[in-house]
Amino acid sequence: MEGMKSGRSLIYQYLRHDKKFPHVWCPGCGNGILLGSLIRTVHKLGYPKDDIVLVSGIGCAGRLPVYVDFNTLHTTHGRALTFATGIKLAKPHLKVIVVMGDGDATAIGGNHLIHAARRNVNLTAVVMNNSIYGMTGGQYSPTTPYGLKASTAPHGHVEHGFNISRLVEAAGAAFVARCTVYHVPLMDRLLTQAVEKQGFAILEVLSHCPTHFNKMNLLGGAVDSMRWMKEHAVPVEKAKRMAPEALKGKFRIGVLVDRDIPDYQTEYEQVRRRAKEAAPYKLDPQEISKMLESHQIY
Amino acid sequence: MKMRAEEPAKKLMQGNEACAEGAIAAGCRFYAGYPITPSSEIAEVLSYRLPAVGGTFIQMEDEIASLGAVIGASLAGAKAMTATSGPGFSLMQEHIGFACMAEVPCVVVNVMRGGPSTGLPTLPAQGDVQQARWGTHGDHPIIVLTPWSVRECFDLTVRAFNLSEKYRTPVILLMDEVVGHMRENVELPNPEEVEVLDRVKPTVPPEWYIPYEDTPFGVPPMGIFGEGYRYHVTGLLHDVRGFPTLREDEIEPFMRRLFRKIWAHLNDIQQWETYLMEDAETAIVAYGSVARSAMRAVVEAREVGLRMGLLRLITLWPFCRKAVESILDGCKTLIVPEMNLGQISREVKRVAQGRAQVRTVSRVLGRLIKPEEILEAVEGWKA
Ligand SMILES: Cc1ncc(C[n+]2csc(CCOP(=O)(O)OP(=O)(O)O)c2C)c(N)n1
Ligand code: SF4
Ligand SMILES: [Mg+2]
Repeated sequence: MEGMKSGRSLIYQYLRHDKKFPHVWCPGCGNGILLGSLIRTVHKLGYPKDDIVLVSGIGCAGRLPVYVDFNTLHTTHGRALTFATGIKLAKPHLKVIVVMGDGDATAIGGNHLIHAARRNVNLTAVVMNNSIYGMTGGQYSPTTPYGLKASTAPHGHVEHGFNISRLVEAAGAAFVARCTVYHVPLMDRLLTQAVEKQGFAILEVLSHCPTHFNKMNLLGGAVDSMRWMKEHAVPVEKAKRMAPEALKGKFRIGVLVDRDIPDYQTEYEQVRRRAKEAAPYKLDPQEISKMLESHQIY
Repeated sequence: MKMRAEEPAKKLMQGNEACAEGAIAAGCRFYAGYPITPSSEIAEVLSYRLPAVGGTFIQMEDEIASLGAVIGASLAGAKAMTATSGPGFSLMQEHIGFACMAEVPCVVVNVMRGGPSTGLPTLPAQGDVQQARWGTHGDHPIIVLTPWSVRECFDLTVRAFNLSEKYRTPVILLMDEVVGHMRENVELPNPEEVEVLDRVKPTVPPEWYIPYEDTPFGVPPMGIFGEGYRYHVTGLLHDVRGFPTLREDEIEPFMRRLFRKIWAHLNDIQQWETYLMEDAETAIVAYGSVARSAMRAVVEAREVGLRMGLLRLITLWPFCRKAVESILDGCKTLIVPEMNLGQISREVKRVAQGRAQVRTVSRVLGRLIKPEEILEAVEGWKA
């Protein structure tokens, strides 16, 4: 009872009263679960609403910011991270959180995603991965599983999907985590870590789309999807102790990558310092070979 | 030597460099871009200059990202700009539309080279004139300025920022390769002498703030992210509070205001110049680098007694209808030289409505139109 009460008052505190509800999401959609987690996270961390900028792309997931009383920005399809980069660099004290769909983040926005990870701007990105284009009616996305159906794959899908977490890990993200819309306390914890991380932090949330993906693939409703997530997700710590055969068909949830890399803003301060010096910036010949050697891309 | 010291400090510089200096003078503190000739010098100068004044330069992964970052920076309160050329300008169109819709001030420089597609790297052209007007989808107003000299690259960059701040709209500075790469000896004004305008911010208590409310001027004050006015910004058509709407009684007033805020202030936005037009019977209507050849053509024509003048368009869009109308009484012939196949001449014809003969001098051969090529279109001219 007490929990319910405080949950509800939080909602009144953070949702926009002047926004005409009902929201756009279908019954059973996972997007609302993320919205709740975001509100709890910001509240727990104690950030003033004025310091939060919630940015999104286009899609069902992209509709999330409009409901919350932060600075909110609903951008173009796939490009949310680019706007977020500009905001963060222009006003570094703002906490910039970006919500994207799987198509948004990895198809049309795939290039921005890998570059944001590589550049390591201090942003929090959340990808709501429902394996489908929800908003436009269930067309296949870069994460639609091989063999399944989509409204543009009526004969079965013949492409292989991205592993989003490994993609951004390879691109250089400082923090990579994964959870599902079933694992809500974990979502709260991971989101907290991601928001607090210095550098580019990304949380992949496995979600479902009862309206399109589930229907086309005979997967039942939201509860059936949740049950599937519960049965197939393995916490990373547990996965470490499991034999590879036992892990077959399962996926890991939890913190997948957490490394300390100076974020873009910190690096750019060096540029500002050098630019203000009277003498032009000169490379030290001895440093040159060191830099080439530490350039770990080969 | 002493005499020299008293002369104004002149400096040999490129149009692109002058544009970058203009940006700094106008208060630009954020640049995001992607390299492309013939605009890259703008990025190079700003990568050097911006961090020194506490600003930020960033090279993004493409032009879509560049304008996205610029819009983000502007929403967070920075004056922001990007620069590109043809192919990059095509990629920027979606975000130009976003900036129109969400009313975010920003400056987009397009140093024109020959197109379509990869086209002519990097020979001059003026082929993006209609694209600058209508490149992004949907009805929208836009402001486009075209400089003809190195000094004017500086001045119009400042003006582009000022207009974008004043009207909360993207402003396009449409340069061409000749103007961008040409070097001239110029004297730039001292920073204190440069008139700089800043966006109007809300002063009401945050709970009273209605972010897209109509005002007598037509431009609502702009809340800045992080300054206490929390609101929603979207590329969806929105109501006065910024929330998406599908209501007829909200859609149309929004669209009308978007146009009115520009159209009601044409006197402030439109600029043109005339040379020797007082007694002219024939006028050349030109813009950008081609206006330099046109100027020369006028001088040569006058030397042999032909009564010719020049109307030089500085604001290209909204089209300076008044300027063209004002010369229709005196001139029977209007010559429109362009490095394209007639993109502004069709506007001139539309305004002339048959009251004057409009002759297009089109050249799409990757170089500046020569004065004699313009003169060939003049009746009574014998080479
Ligand atoms: C440039 C552009 N192309 C296409 C669209 C149409 N569109 C809107 S949402 C969407 C896909 C959304 O899928 P996803 O990103 O996975 O989000 P979801 O709706 O599943 O949450 C598409 C293709 C668009 N708005 N803009
Ligand atoms: S279409 Fe799918 S993703 Fe979109 S709101 Fe409905 S259930 Fe959610
Ligand atoms: Mg999706």
